[in-house]
Amino acid sequence: MKSTPHITCREVIAFLADYMSHELPEAKNKEFERHLSVCESCVAYIASYEETIRMARLTTSTPELDVDDVPSELLEAILASRDRSS
Amino acid sequence: MIIFSEAPDLPEASSYRLKSGHRLESEMIETIQRAEKSQSDDSSLVRRLQSGDAHAFEELVRGYGPRLLRVARRMMKTEEDARDAVQDAFVAVFKSIKVFEESSLLSTWLHRICINACLMRLRTQRRKPEEDIETYLPKFRDDGHQVDPSMSWRESAEGLLQTKELCTLVRSSIDRLPETYRIVLLLRDIEELTTEEAAETLGITPNAVKIRLHRGRQALRTLLDPHMREELR
Repeated sequence: MKSTPHITCREVIAFLADYMSHELPEAKNKEFERHLSVCESCVAYIASYEETIRMARLTTSTPELDVDDVPSELLEAILASRDRSS
Repeated sequence: MIIFSEAPDLPEASSYRLKSGHRLESEMIETIQRAEKSQSDDSSLVRRLQSGDAHAFEELVRGYGPRLLRVARRMMKTEEDARDAVQDAFVAVFKSIKVFEESSLLSTWLHRICINACLMRLRTQRRKPEEDIETYLPKFRDDGHQVDPSMSWRESAEGLLQTKELCTLVRSSIDRLPETYRIVLLLRDIEELTTEEAAETLGITPNAVKIRLHRGRQALRTLLDPHMREELR
């Protein structure tokens, strides 16, 4: 019987986003799991890929603003532009 | 946790874990009631805006201006551009409020308008020549293995981001991404648009969004990798 060829790191990384969002077909998912059980490099890659997303979210997260945090000249300019457009 | 501005703020689920069932239930009811009241207040505001009530416009600007400025600051690279984009967004709102049918929440509609205003400004800005994204993607040998095996990043993002230098590095690395990929990463991972919403906003296919997002994330990972490995030493 011909055995199924194992997927490579190239394929794992190419389809990583689908794997993470659980969009891979069952059979492909199993191949992924099999590869990850023996490939430290891909396991490290996936962990750092996920960490990258989290870091991007955390660093772009800024505190909630209050109206007093909005420059008054910006508020005035917006309201003036409404007056002009009405 | 990042609290995004477009939806009524819901408490983080984990904050309930240690609370009694009764308290949990009453707090959840209060949250739902607040969200319903907010929606009802918005409906009333929309009706007043559509009838041309000048006070309603001021209320809208004062109520939602801070949220939109926060979105624009995430999207644009300079404060001046962010402020201009917010002004553009409100001008668009003033022009189209009469046709707003409340098929989405007012906050969601404003968020989308603000994102569109940012994208319009970014498109009109003179673009610097972009680096080829391929430069930042992993390289593979003929047998499919990575040329440079990946190494673990031992510390979590929360721990590492305590340092200001690293926060600056992450932000500047996002800004270094080729614009096509930076925008998709911002829309999907930061503004939390769905693949379909991002595709519609950018006028590209959902598949193109998926490809650009994956490449953008990979490129950002590559830019951060040497610095994160340094942490290991």
